Amino acid sequence: MAEKIDLPEVVVWDGNFAAANALRQAQVDVVSAYPITPSTPIVEGYGKFVSDGYVDGEFVMVESEHAAMSGCVGASAAGGRVATATSSQGFALMVEVLYQASGMRLPIVLCVVNRALASPLNVRGDHGDMYLGRDSGWIQFDAYNAQEAYDLTLCAFKIGEDHSVRLPVMVHQDGFITSHTAQNVYPLSDDDAYGFVGKFKEMDEMLDFTRPVTYGAQTEEDWHYEHKAKQHKALIDSRSVIDKVFEEFEKKTGRKYNRVESYMMDDAEVAIVALGTTVETARLVAKQIREEKGIKAGVVSPRVFRPFPFDDIRDALKNTKAVACFDRSSPGGALGMLYNEVSGALMTLDKMPIMTNYIYGLGGRDLTTQSITEVYEELAKNAKDGKRSGKVQQFLSLRGPKMEYFE
Amino acid sequence: MVNESKSVKEFISLEKTELLDWDEVNQGVLLESFNSLNQNPAFLKQEERDYAQTNSYAASVADWRAVKPVYNRDICIDCQNCWVFCPDTSIVSRDKVMIGIDYHHCKGCGVCVEVCPTNPKSLLMFVEREDVDEALSKWPEKKKKSKGEEK
Repeated sequence: MAEKIDLPEVVVWDGNFAAANALRQAQVDVVSAYPITPSTPIVEGYGKFVSDGYVDGEFVMVESEHAAMSGCVGASAAGGRVATATSSQGFALMVEVLYQASGMRLPIVLCVVNRALASPLNVRGDHGDMYLGRDSGWIQFDAYNAQEAYDLTLCAFKIGEDHSVRLPVMVHQDGFITSHTAQNVYPLSDDDAYGFVGKFKEMDEMLDFTRPVTYGAQTEEDWHYEHKAKQHKALIDSRSVIDKVFEEFEKKTGRKYNRVESYMMDDAEVAIVALGTTVETARLVAKQIREEKGIKAGVVSPRVFRPFPFDDIRDALKNTKAVACFDRSSPGGALGMLYNEVSGALMTLDKMPIMTNYIYGLGGRDLTTQSITEVYEELAKNAKDGKRSGKVQQFLSLRGPKMEYFE
Repeated sequence: MVNESKSVKEFISLEKTELLDWDEVNQGVLLESFNSLNQNPAFLKQEERDYAQTNSYAASVADWRAVKPVYNRDICIDCQNCWVFCPDTSIVSRDKVMIGIDYHHCKGCGVCVEVCPTNPKSLLMFVEREDVDEALSKWPEKKKKSKGEEK
């Protein structure tokens, strides 16, 4: 029986330690890991909890992130509660196995501490790795601070392991800004946390010798499509379970999560759509600019990035006149992903707001309140004039001549 | 003792695989091995096992084979070498009597021919389209050992 830790009502944890404690409290059976900056302390923390007797689990050191996720697939198929953590290049190396995990419907929890992808090599936070996982068939949650990284990791087990879902879940947090910044966190007691997540309920486990099954079969053109369609449905249908678990979590803690978070959107005419720590900065600016300049500003942010909250995001933005989508990932010759997906949702409205796309913060470049203020001012001008004043895609806080594309 | 006239078909028979719709396939492409499992299958012969339709044993998985082994009962000494070495459990042998080749699962690797000790060999490789009776009519004669050749 694992030792318990008597936690005070409020603790000072960074995002990594918050996630490590969530793994401890969920009593994860197996963590197979190849540590990488800035997510290292998550698996390191779990490993220490195991060696100190606070978790009845196994920490498996492997030779690469590909092997780390493969180890997770094996342990999960065997029938255990499984998690790991990674970032950036490590995430990129895991990608092949991410698709295996979701295709086999294995409820692995992956804590992703977002970091830029090389080249050039960079350890700071951007959302390149998060975007890389967006077609992998995983549920993806986005935490904007350490408290949320903790809360969402606990929820991730409960949602992914639900027998009507059975999908792997990523919990994203921003590299360094969240992962390494000590903040006040209100944890659940060990008993409450484990009580909320619940005992792992096996399904189709390979260690059931009375019912031998094959995982990871090959299917060609006569079968593959049906399996992938069924998997897509599972991901889309997981929305109701996510909502149910978020409600349960609110009852337990008073902290309410929504698949789309809206801030000051009741009467907002202009809105910023963003992910990660940028959400909190944008909220600060929205409040200020309402008070100082009378601009009816708001912030909309996907809490659940996959399954993409197509209808909720449309509902949140339906009364706006101008919307800016912030993409913290190198767009690679296209418009940013948030711009494309949010525009796709707003296309189904009778009257679409004026859309703009801002690329920002690559490789950890700071996004200042000044930059966000300027964006809100441009949005307010667009809303007032009823037309776009700048180009569709613009780069924020970039040295050199202004980079912008498309009328 | 199994009657020597028994053919492989009596042991290996495949039903046609039914294509399922997306709402009928197993979650996670999970393939069941058996419909029921009352006994350890390791102690049962293949024809006694209740294979599930999703078990690869229930499907023909050798349609890309280019060359196939042909078995000659007249020469075989039932030594079981081929049965031991076959990587695809495609040598059908019962009570230590060789019966034939399961062409639904044989990939044509040729290891059975390689390990066959008789002279001439009781198993030889032929191109896939070769008729089995035709192949048997072309069987080589016993090869005389040249001086100095190892036994």
